Amino acid sequence: MEQVYEILIVFFLVVSGVFGLVGSFGLVKLPDPMSRLHAPTKATTLGVGGVLLASMLHSVLIEGRLSLHELLITLFLFLTAPITAHFIAKAHIHRHVKSEELPKPGGDHDWASLDQSDNTAP
Amino acid sequence: MTLLRKLFPHPVLSVLLTVVWLLLVNRFSINSLLFGALMGVIIPFIIRPYWPNMLRMRHPLKIAEFCLVVLWDIVVANVVVAKLIVFRRNKDLKPAWVTVPLDLRSPEAITVLAGTITLTPGTVSSDMSSEGHAILVHCLNAPDPDAVRDEIKSRYERRLKEIFE
Repeated sequence: MEQVYEILIVFFLVVSGVFGLVGSFGLVKLPDPMSRLHAPTKATTLGVGGVLLASMLHSVLIEGRLSLHELLITLFLFLTAPITAHFIAKAHIHRHVKSEELPKPGGDHDWASLDQSDNTAP
Repeated sequence: MTLLRKLFPHPVLSVLLTVVWLLLVNRFSINSLLFGALMGVIIPFIIRPYWPNMLRMRHPLKIAEFCLVVLWDIVVANVVVAKLIVFRRNKDLKPAWVTVPLDLRSPEAITVLAGTITLTPGTVSSDMSSEGHAILVHCLNAPDPDAVRDEIKSRYERRLKEIFE
């Protein structure tokens, strides 16, 4: 029975390794900064998620005790990954993107990173 | 009722803090449960002046449904993006900027929506409009930008609206 557990754990480790690799490969391969941002925010969440799942399974099935630390790591990862991506995107827009390249923001004046006027505070 | 409201300005936050504390300790005991509950009471009490219009959720149970949908989409997102990265040549990709007009108004709900957009298939939320009525989304591969916008609005924003407003 132990062997079945180990195969299951190894499966999750391999899956996470593959996704981590693809995420890093995407960083190298994709052509422009905004596209590159997609690779680490997605492929890596499942990459880390797989390791955490394997770790939980290992502690429950083999060590025989419940460990839920990993859920907390997932939670913090889901909080930090989008914020980091948002910061990088804003910095990129601020420095390298012109207002004309972007679609219009509905009824508003401009996108927050590009708006030069003083009416930003509502 | 008002005393209860004063002591527990935000019950959901209190429960969340207690659970996070128990997870940090990683071993269940009455001791840590009590200490976690104490944290759950004290911390919302202290931060209340700095977060005056703390949001009240109308349907906290709908959060579970929303979380399941998002988790499933994250798994799908990973496979889709991995396929695009490995099997698609760069010149066949069609990156696009999409404007998503917002019906949500509370900052907390918009934050959750922006985070969800970043975690799900091929989209990164990149900027807000200066008056906060639209989100700028970058798509890795979007032959049809309008479909992306409609999916975000119907799949995530509608659910968030039910939870928060």
